[in-house]
Amino acid sequence: MRLHEIATARAGDKGNTSQIAVIAKDEAAYELIRENLTTDVVADVFAGIAKGLVTRHEAPGLRAFVFILEGALGGGVSISLASDPHGKSLSSLMLGIELG
Amino acid sequence: MKSIRIGSGAGYAADRWEPALELIETADLDYIAFECLAERTIAMGQLEKLRDPDRGYNPYLEDRWRMVLGPAKARGVRIITNMGAANPKAAARRTLALAKEMGLPPLKVAVITGDDVSALVQAHPDMPMMETGEPVGSLGNSMISANAYLGAEPIRDALAMGADVVITGRVADPSLFLGPMMHAFGWKSDDWPRIAAGTALGHLLECAGQVTGGYFADPGVKDVAGLDRLGFPFAEVSVDASAWISKASGSGGAVTPATCTEQILYECGDPARYITPDCVADFTGLRFDQLKPDHVSVSGARALPRTETLKTTVCYHAGHIGEGHVGYVGPNALARAELAAGIVRSRLAQRHLDLEALRIDLIGVNSLHGSASPAESEPYEVRLRVAARSMNRRHAEYVAQETQSLLTNGPYGGGGDFMQVRDLVGVRSVLMPRGWITPRVEVLTS
Repeated sequence: MRLHEIATARAGDKGNTSQIAVIAKDEAAYELIRENLTTDVVADVFAGIAKGLVTRHEAPGLRAFVFILEGALGGGVSISLASDPHGKSLSSLMLGIELG
Repeated sequence: MKSIRIGSGAGYAADRWEPALELIETADLDYIAFECLAERTIAMGQLEKLRDPDRGYNPYLEDRWRMVLGPAKARGVRIITNMGAANPKAAARRTLALAKEMGLPPLKVAVITGDDVSALVQAHPDMPMMETGEPVGSLGNSMISANAYLGAEPIRDALAMGADVVITGRVADPSLFLGPMMHAFGWKSDDWPRIAAGTALGHLLECAGQVTGGYFADPGVKDVAGLDRLGFPFAEVSVDASAWISKASGSGGAVTPATCTEQILYECGDPARYITPDCVADFTGLRFDQLKPDHVSVSGARALPRTETLKTTVCYHAGHIGEGHVGYVGPNALARAELAAGIVRSRLAQRHLDLEALRIDLIGVNSLHGSASPAESEPYEVRLRVAARSMNRRHAEYVAQETQSLLTNGPYGGGGDFMQVRDLVGVRSVLMPRGWITPRVEVLTS
């Protein structure tokens, strides 16, 4: 199952760090994501992009997770060679992940 | 005053301005804030100010003011903005001159300064940069600007002095909205439950259309009606910090718990520790309840006391990027683009250019997700994009030029070439003791 079927996502930036919020559609989806969308899974998918640590924060009341991907923005928004220096498009890489 | 309404008139430097007018005309606002300052925008302003001491503020200030100053003054809507960027005083002088030109009644414009801490950074070169741990002094002469994030207090004070328009430089985005709440309700700076609620509302509002359906729509999955007429948001806040958020009536877009949840988590870092100059907010207990269409109540924000340091953004000259594109289309397009990529990589190596980094993408294949992109079938069209960073502007330009020259020196049928060189401003951060920084408020009148 693709994450896109059970969650939404929004990407933001701070310096060289990409922050991607993943919001589950319902409680069942939240549990599925909590179990399966681990930092290891995310780090693996983003291996060619995020050069640093990947961490996950949980916000169960909002049925949401915030992933922090260090070193993911080509050295920083302001000096990146990427055509998407802010990493706005990285939320769609996240939602393309196959779970389970 | 039992409750106030605060609108959001802009969410970034070049945001649209028609929705701000729509809000002023329809939402019965008391205040409207325009957030227009990204991390490096202030450095662009600083460079402009060095060339012309009367510039260095937001380049769209006049466009916005021509549209909203008159209607806002007529309705008693007070304006707060960080469009002052690197030169809030010049922005204030321009605002007053423009108001006079437009025949408006006399305006009181407050200017908030004290965010420019270049001298303090130069006096303390040993402060470590948060990104690298290296001393800030290692940036040497390349430093352009250093601005500390001020909080809501000087905005509160400026409003207490009767300002119609408050113009700031670097201020934390949510503080632009919290300031009027503290002024209107007399909330104390350490009233953490209320400061928390105001900060959460500020964070929801600061990106304007991002909470009303912008940066949200996904056709067939998350449809948003009337996105072409996307309205900007406002919040109605009561003295006890209870609040709801909505948007200009009759506008397109949507305000729902889903749009609010996406926006509260946008660029928040750890959602239990969202650090601003005013508090350390915890968004994990927030509740969004849809009371009516496009009408969502916001509750449950918490906060810990504010930190003893203020984040300071230090901008520096970081060299130049040269970039060139060539498009290939039709039969064998991908193979020709790949051949062209190999050619340009080899030619750049042969020229021994002084490049810090080189990146070659195929737009339509892998330009956004790089190696994580799936191997798909042959695209109809593909665009080679070559970009490199150099401290030598001429060498950056050679990269763009070498890419363009593929038209006559590469595979057949390349077209739609593009080349560009731009100067870079890098961004670093340091944490500065709060006590070193003194915000100042000054009121100018026409």
